[in-house]
Amino acid sequence: MAIDWFRFGSPQAFFPVAGKMVPWFAFLAVAFALPGLYLGFFVAPTDATQGESYRIIFIHVPAAWMSMFLYLVMAGWAGLGLVLNTRLSGMMASAIAPTGAMFTFVALWSGALWGKPTWGTWWVWDARLTSELILLFLYLGFIALKAAFADPQRADRAGAILALLGAVNVPIIYFSVQWWNTLHQGASVSLTRAPSMAATMLAAMLLMALAAWMYSIAVALARVRSIILERERDMAWVRMSAGT
Amino acid sequence: MAGFALLVRRDLRLALRRRGDIVNVLVFFVIVASLFALGVGPEPNQLRAMAAGVVWVAALLAAMLSLPRLFAADLADGTLEQLLVSPQPVLVVVAAKIAAHWLLTGLPLALVAPLIGLQYHLPANALGLLLVSLLIGTPVLSLLGAAGAALVLGARGAGVLLGLLLLPLYVPVLVFGAGAVTAALAGIDPGAHLSLLGAFLAVSSLVGPWAACAALRVALD
Repeated sequence: MAIDWFRFGSPQAFFPVAGKMVPWFAFLAVAFALPGLYLGFFVAPTDATQGESYRIIFIHVPAAWMSMFLYLVMAGWAGLGLVLNTRLSGMMASAIAPTGAMFTFVALWSGALWGKPTWGTWWVWDARLTSELILLFLYLGFIALKAAFADPQRADRAGAILALLGAVNVPIIYFSVQWWNTLHQGASVSLTRAPSMAATMLAAMLLMALAAWMYSIAVALARVRSIILERERDMAWVRMSAGT
Repeated sequence: MAGFALLVRRDLRLALRRRGDIVNVLVFFVIVASLFALGVGPEPNQLRAMAAGVVWVAALLAAMLSLPRLFAADLADGTLEQLLVSPQPVLVVVAAKIAAHWLLTGLPLALVAPLIGLQYHLPANALGLLLVSLLIGTPVLSLLGAAGAALVLGARGAGVLLGLLLLPLYVPVLVFGAGAVTAALAGIDPGAHLSLLGAFLAVSSLVGPWAACAALRVALD
């Protein structure tokens, strides 16, 4: 059966679908997070060099992954909106931005808490930390630019151009470790070589990453529903479903 | 090409009739750079170590000050709309604007910078390198700046917003530009920094005008 995906480009068609999906993704987020946290904090072995403090990795790494990934997803939606001129795409980009900014902040914050016992400092001007900080600035700039226009259409398209400009920065973040190679440890997980960590640690981290992913989808969908209602408040279908 | 030259000449002539705007940006640049020395203290070694960073940050801020005017004046008197409906491709208009902006701010900033370097006790080879790094780097400020200026046209609080959008994007210029001078001071070959700065210039000359064109079309839709 062929699904007409473009039908869901209409906010009116997407609104009830999103409403049905939110509880499922929220449930999945909890379902991944509970075993992930259990494995991470009770089963995974104590690290040989860093002791117990390394366990913040189960928050830190998924947050850092999501912060970069969400920026690309946001830029993807924004670019789609720019090319196809669909209203929903811009709304999706707006809905993802706060979650991305939140994960960026969590990655920086948990990194600071991790850095204090292991490196002996809250903050270093390491390339990776710095580019994560710049990513936070990019998110904030995107949110600020969107907020600066009264016309949502204009805000969406201006935001889209900015998001695409900023997307150039995300690969620089990723490769910065190889390019500058400073204090931050190299990536612990790689697709091309055997992972340098215990299997339970890896499992816990992947579960937490999946939980963060599902959480992001649930929150973005819930938020996009609010944005749809706000922007389409004068439409007949919104008034009808609101019963006014 | 004739249109490009004509537009550049027009912008230069307009700017020369109101010289205050260019001079103010330069004075701002010099004041900011001098304030850093007053804030940190007159210790020559410390000043030498931070010279390149101070000059580059001051240059970013000065460029930021000059950017809101890039399209706003033409938008206000309707010229911008006429330029966009003219048979001239939008890219030519944008490229001319960028070129004129660099000639009026980037180039003077680069030429004044060695004087500030002298205040900060930079040796002669570092002074030359500072000039070279600014000559390669300041076009990036105009290229990406044009995109930012077009994005915030007609926005609330455009000036502050522009800083918020552009300063994070300027980070690679700052890192490699100041890095080149710092490397030279430490006796390391600054070639790698300058090459990366040039690479970033190449990338932004592809991305910046495209984004500025798209943003102008959005602004005047």
